[in-house]
Amino acid sequence: MMLARVVGTVVATRKDPRLEGKKLLILKPVSPEGKDEAGYVVAVDTVSAGYRERVLAVSGSSARMAEGCKDTPIDTAIVGIVDDVHLD
Amino acid sequence: MFLGRVVGCVWATAKNPQMEGMRFLVVQPLTPELRETGKRLICADAAGAGAGELIYWVRGREACFPFLPKEVAADATIVGIVDEVNVTRPVDGEVRQDADPASAPHRRNTRKTR
Repeated sequence: MMLARVVGTVVATRKDPRLEGKKLLILKPVSPEGKDEAGYVVAVDTVSAGYRERVLAVSGSSARMAEGCKDTPIDTAIVGIVDDVHLD
Repeated sequence: MFLGRVVGCVWATAKNPQMEGMRFLVVQPLTPELRETGKRLICADAAGAGAGELIYWVRGREACFPFLPKEVAADATIVGIVDEVNVTRPVDGEVRQDADPASAPHRRNTRKTR
């Protein structure tokens, strides 16, 4: 699972019918220390995350296990909103 | 499966309903020689690991299996706490030094100065 920051939204009218009603957000991966990492990813939101929020995202086939995402063609899902990260 | 060390934890109050009660830990992947390698990641905890503990973790679809029959969206999960690691394979750097006779004296010198 990865930590990421919500940096934008994606609007798509024509899409796979199984993706209808799903919110798509653009995520920028961040390190546990809070620094931005390379690249970005488009993820399906299952927890009503908002702009600039730090979230927990699942990628790969496990993303389909998220609530309401069964048998949908997705590979990244937001499964949690991060309150705090504690590093030892 | 990979070795790692627990270096922190993540709090997330709002999360997927199936993930209620799960713990999420920050894991630093390690080589068999227990050197840090690669980026830190967040793992779900199925083994009850604690801070600073040496663990092994799985990634991919299999990461959901420890939580069955609950269907949890996890792509990396801590599945065991490591008691001991025995590695017989030499460290990459040492192999190269042994293979190259020119670099062998250099290694002896560094040991003397310690």
